[in-house]
Amino acid sequence: MNPPTPDAPAWQAAVFDVLRRGGVQQIAYVPDAGHSHVIRAAIADPEIEDIALTTEEEGVALACGAWLGGQRAVLLMQSSGVGNCVNMFSLLQAGDFPFFTLVTMRGEYAEFNPWQNPMGRATQAALELMGIRVLRASKAEEVEEIVAAGLDAAFGAGERVAVLLGQNLIGRKQWERTR
Amino acid sequence: MSPSAPARRTDRRAFVSTLLAATPEALVVTGLGSAAYDVFAAGDRDRNYYLWGAMGGATSLALGLALAQPGKPVLVITGDGEQLMGIGSLATVAARQPKNLTIVVLDNGHYGETGMQRSHSSLGTDLVAVAKGFGIADAFSTDHPDGCAEIARRVAARQGTAFAQVFIKADEPPRALPPRDGPFIKNRFRAALGLKPF
Repeated sequence: MNPPTPDAPAWQAAVFDVLRRGGVQQIAYVPDAGHSHVIRAAIADPEIEDIALTTEEEGVALACGAWLGGQRAVLLMQSSGVGNCVNMFSLLQAGDFPFFTLVTMRGEYAEFNPWQNPMGRATQAALELMGIRVLRASKAEEVEEIVAAGLDAAFGAGERVAVLLGQNLIGRKQWERTR
Repeated sequence: MSPSAPARRTDRRAFVSTLLAATPEALVVTGLGSAAYDVFAAGDRDRNYYLWGAMGGATSLALGLALAQPGKPVLVITGDGEQLMGIGSLATVAARQPKNLTIVVLDNGHYGETGMQRSHSSLGTDLVAVAKGFGIADAFSTDHPDGCAEIARRVAARQGTAFAQVFIKADEPPRALPPRDGPFIKNRFRAALGLKPF
């Protein structure tokens, strides 16, 4: 089931193009609205393995296994998922693995759900505490360049990099279902 | 002990040694602790990746490896406690069904590294039923060295994801410590696959 994506924002399409051009062959994810185009595109692309995770830390270990086997992987998650990963991030440092993750932010801009705020506030610090370099894209027009820069640093220099995609990119979540 | 606890259990070191001798082509990923010691005690190989931490991550790491190397068999050797911590990874594996991935859980029903506290496997969880429930149809248990041949056949065949629960005695053989230098085992493993440094 790969429904067409007539209304994918241009920045989301740019993210997928950067990953594909950058030789990423495994895209692991816990879904988020901000990743929806990339997930659909990964599922539709025969040259990319899409891996649906039950929890985000699986994606950290999976990315290391992919690298051991000679492939580049990326982990897509929401800011809340960063908290789930903390101990597994140890593998990146202890094992000296390159790592690239794209994190859509919640709990930072026009947030409706207070339960998103604690982890949203802690996301960047949690990543940095675990030795991961954090880049951020807040404007649609800068997403492509910043994601590309993060990818280059990860797989070119063996760096551990997270790109935070600001909640304002995704905009206000519609809570009222209208038909 | 749970009512389903097996009457018979096999020797972990002998089982792992026999299994690895029968799977010379396998890329091996170990869980931390006793499973890693068992694999190392059977003979160090460049194509072994030993975890010393990242508890719950062995099967997920092996999935990434199996997808990256579809032409080679990938064999996870881990313990019940390690697999339980990453139990959802069995669902993630099942969703992909990599034909070249075999997961072996050495199950003594206890956390050996921390003082032999009981694990959920001795407290009512049936790991084969869990694996099947997640969608790994070829899931089975063994309590005898003959189980090695069953597992090795699947590893060599690369015809489908398999999950084997191996009931082992809750003893503690002498520690045999694999290298814990992460960059060394990573680079050695990649070099064995012909991969170059970036």
